[in-house]
Amino acid sequence: MSHVLAVLEQRDGALRKVSHEVVTGARRLADALGENVDALLLAGAAVPGMNELGRLGADKLTTLTNPAFRLYAPEGYARAIADRAKAGGYRAVVFAASATGKDLAPRVAARLERPLAQDVTDVAVEAGAVVAVRPVYAGKALLKVKFAGSPALLSLRPNVFTPVDRPKAGVVEVAAVDGAPGRVTVKQVKAAEAGALDVAEAAIVISGGRGLKEPANFKLLEELARAFGGGAAVGASRAVVDAGWRPHADQVGQTGKTVSPSLYVAVGISGAIQHLAGMRTAKVIVAINRDKDAPIFKVADYGIVGDLFEIVPKLTEEIEKLHA
Amino acid sequence: MRIAVCIKRVPDSETRVKIAADGKTLDEAGVKFVLNPYDEFALEEALRRKEQGGSGGGEVVVFSLGPPAAQETIRTALALGADRGVLLQVDRIPPDGWPVAQALAAALRDGGYDLILFGKLAIDDSNHQVGPMVAELLGLPCVTAITHLDLADGRGTAEREVEGGIEVVEFPLPAVLTTDKGLNEPRYPALKGIMAAKKKPLDVKPTALAVGGLDVVALTAPPARNEGRIVGEGPAAVPELVRLLREEAKVL
Repeated sequence: MSHVLAVLEQRDGALRKVSHEVVTGARRLADALGENVDALLLAGAAVPGMNELGRLGADKLTTLTNPAFRLYAPEGYARAIADRAKAGGYRAVVFAASATGKDLAPRVAARLERPLAQDVTDVAVEAGAVVAVRPVYAGKALLKVKFAGSPALLSLRPNVFTPVDRPKAGVVEVAAVDGAPGRVTVKQVKAAEAGALDVAEAAIVISGGRGLKEPANFKLLEELARAFGGGAAVGASRAVVDAGWRPHADQVGQTGKTVSPSLYVAVGISGAIQHLAGMRTAKVIVAINRDKDAPIFKVADYGIVGDLFEIVPKLTEEIEKLHA
Repeated sequence: MRIAVCIKRVPDSETRVKIAADGKTLDEAGVKFVLNPYDEFALEEALRRKEQGGSGGGEVVVFSLGPPAAQETIRTALALGADRGVLLQVDRIPPDGWPVAQALAAALRDGGYDLILFGKLAIDDSNHQVGPMVAELLGLPCVTAITHLDLADGRGTAEREVEGGIEVVEFPLPAVLTTDKGLNEPRYPALKGIMAAKKKPLDVKPTALAVGGLDVVALTAPPARNEGRIVGEGPAAVPELVRLLREEAKVL
């Protein structure tokens, strides 16, 4: 047995969207290796929706339940996953490059004494070896690496591995396990504004910069995000985060979040290199800016030059019409 | 408190990336190198903790694995207020974080540090792994990408941003922490500090790296984005933009 292990994520007892992407990425590797995908979830109790992951290519779906696993427990999770990976003799262990995955994967890698490729945007098997592609130098170059030996440990950048149907057996099992959470304990997760979607995981991101002139004007972007229905989040440039207009959690760029949404709308953002680092892998980029020479137009697929205070409300109106 | 801060020499964020003739590495000719910006938060936190401890208490030791030129990076940290530096000297920093973590863990193991701090990632390879790997190797508790830190009576509480919220995490000392933007506002070096830094001890230790399991196949430029176009000017262009997004880009 030398399958691919997909490490899933839950929060508050609900599967997170990145779990689907991890199964899809793991399936891609498993197909190239001619192997199966074992998916693993740690949770406080059985989580609904696991049975749907067979459709995306999971052969087996295991939930290890433990009251200590209700919230993320870095040491308890790392131990359980490393034990599982050792026992299973896996070729690859695939995580999400989420806040949790990026914390967890290095711990598991060290326990397995294996290297790790984080925030991967492409995976393949070449001459029998697992290879991964990851953006480096703030997205200004791509580094392709090859793993010698097994398992290969990877975390996948959110929103890149679009789930596709690849039906497999999807046998579901739930097992209660013992084990302490460890010395590092998550006491609580303070939720952001109710229902707010994180920019790193949203399918559509509307970001604003200094061109918005003052913090209150971000309501124009929030209205546009709402017009898209669910799935859209409002981001911000470093300039406006540094000015205290928006929280750091919303910042897109080299010292903020890296986003790969299907649609990125940059409003009143000139497009400094450090901002481009955070969004250049978006599938489609739209720029709205007063200055026709702004660098953002060089990376944008579509641009509108002009006054954002006229253009954005019109765009909101048109999107609302589409969804009406 | 005894605090170790692990820092990295990285190309400045404004660097134009030119790929070397080997097709696997950065052409460093003309590249300006700086202290990794995320490590500035780690260093600032260490300096504040030491200063809060009052006179006579504590030491801030800076570790860096890198080429001889990383001595400059360590001097920068000494100018900001660190007490002494250690360079784990290698010819070139590998793009694989695992052997780096092993070398740092070996150097830190017997130091008796209360805190070992890292930036959450280095802006060149964005490996986002060396801190927690070192913690595992040393058997220490670890919290990554912290934006807030309280320490009292041998225990700490940190906050870290997760998607759509903030995790509040408790841990015992000694511990390894990696720092994110928002934790503090790093200071700038003062002339007095720059002068003092020249006299502070900097220990250079030639270091052999373990063989990693990750080989570079290629470093390439990202695929160029297709030439974009200006759809038009002002709100009159919006209906055409929406049509293109629906019919051509198919994202709506």
